[in-house]
Amino acid sequence: MKLLVCVSKTPETTAKISFSDNNSTFNEAGVQFIMNPYDEWYALVRALELKEAAGGTVTIINVGPAANDTVIRKGLAIGADDAIRVDSEPKSALFVAKQIAEVAKAENYDAIFLGKETIDYNGSEVGAMLAELLDVPYISFGSHLEMNGNVATIARDIEGGVEVAEVETPFVVSSSKGMAEQRIPNMRGIMMAKRKPLKVVPAVECEDFATVVSYSMPAAKSEVKMLDPENMDELVRLLHEEAKVL
Amino acid sequence: MSVLVFAESPKGQLKKAAFEAVTYGHKVAQLLGTDCIALTLGSVEGAGVLGQYGASKVCNVANAALDSFDSQVHTAVIAESAQQLGADVVIMSHSSTGKSLVGRLAARMNAGSVAGVNAIPTNDGVFKVTKGVFSGKAIAEYQITSPVKVLSLMGNALPPQVVGADVSVETIEVAVPAGRITVKEVKTQDGIVPLPEAELVVSAGRGMKGPENWGIIEELATTLGATTACSRPVADADWRPHHEHVGQTGVAIRPNLYFAIGISGAIQHLAGVNNSKVIVVINKDPEAPFFKAADYGICADLFDVVPKLTESIKKFKAAN
Repeated sequence: MKLLVCVSKTPETTAKISFSDNNSTFNEAGVQFIMNPYDEWYALVRALELKEAAGGTVTIINVGPAANDTVIRKGLAIGADDAIRVDSEPKSALFVAKQIAEVAKAENYDAIFLGKETIDYNGSEVGAMLAELLDVPYISFGSHLEMNGNVATIARDIEGGVEVAEVETPFVVSSSKGMAEQRIPNMRGIMMAKRKPLKVVPAVECEDFATVVSYSMPAAKSEVKMLDPENMDELVRLLHEEAKVL
Repeated sequence: MSVLVFAESPKGQLKKAAFEAVTYGHKVAQLLGTDCIALTLGSVEGAGVLGQYGASKVCNVANAALDSFDSQVHTAVIAESAQQLGADVVIMSHSSTGKSLVGRLAARMNAGSVAGVNAIPTNDGVFKVTKGVFSGKAIAEYQITSPVKVLSLMGNALPPQVVGADVSVETIEVAVPAGRITVKEVKTQDGIVPLPEAELVVSAGRGMKGPENWGIIEELATTLGATTACSRPVADADWRPHHEHVGQTGVAIRPNLYFAIGISGAIQHLAGVNNSKVIVVINKDPEAPFFKAADYGICADLFDVVPKLTESIKKFKAAN
């Protein structure tokens, strides 16, 4: 199986979020960056498991500047064979999808994996866009995937349950919790990652139709009202009369 | 020019997500001075009701193949319907269905898209709309510059609003391509409101000490008519099923009322729930960070407080 895993670089989950340039730019100062957890824990690890079971290759792709190489090397340390970085500063989901599609069209991957969303822009769009650009099926929020020859059986999370579907390769699948278990890279993996190929390719032209113009912070919560544990009638009254949610 | 809303209908039923999307579409159409058309796919019961939420007409593509979900097929059909109906804004719910479509449609129609919008757009020459980013820690305003725009609406972002009466349902002829996905099974729990749609949520964490103690949480949830949820350590320890895990790496929710019971309130948990309208925190640790994000707090042993709260709610329900 020839597999591609799309990985994104995101701020670490406890990062303090702030903005600069009159609230038009995410302030990266002091922010630790990681591989998007859904890409790393679920998409990448499941792809590696499939390779280990049936042979093949796992390639990582990222669209971003040279600073992203640390995140890419981590993916190689976890076990991917090689990597491609499309050298560009992405500004929209469609831009990212078009860059990956351009690479994928020439390579004929059996399956393309990515996380169910990134924890920064939370759009969940790139996988769907990529599938459309490649004209292949897309299964979102996969929480379980088994391959049998070229047929995948995938359970995907839907509201209040799961949907189980069968699809033939090639396809794009986004991964949520349950797909695999996080792997910590070992020293040997980290050493080997330094020698694995990381190919840098230029971006193709693409217009950005949807871009962020400004950021703001959610309205601050008012002070918490502490209540007497012995008087739950009072809590119910407040939820009904003051908060109007009961 | 028109606004087209794809009203999703799991198992042939229109639900709150569809009514919210049409309500939103109606408001976008008013902003742009045009009509809101609702689109339903497959066999759908009582689609005319969408007129009540502001659809000037409802169009249906009546092909049984559309009863099961394949994002590739649905995208082709919605895109062609949008073209037939002259739509330049296409709207859907930010649900498991909508999230699988919004990007696909944008790529197919070469359109700008924003997934998970949380407010009505503005249009002072440039079309702008906001959404939550960084897992709810911030809000971003996007501009969309393409002629066609695709949006998905976050659940519970605005309440469905009745503004009119039922309209007739018109069948339109759209080619339905053959699908490449075979849906084998759909397993959903009936009778329970799924977490992303729930207005009332009762969530519990490690303070519960073990899965055998969840009875008081379930009783509170049943009394309220709420959906149960849990924190990540609880799901990781298999005390509760994974689909109950809310937070940054679990389900992100925005209910009207969120009870956090025995959950300390790590930043990753807060990221998934801080868009809740009202948060009640029950924790015996006065230093629990969750109190800072709460509207109402009770600092006490949850095993004492929760049964008392259930009794108070029973009394309230009996009196109202």
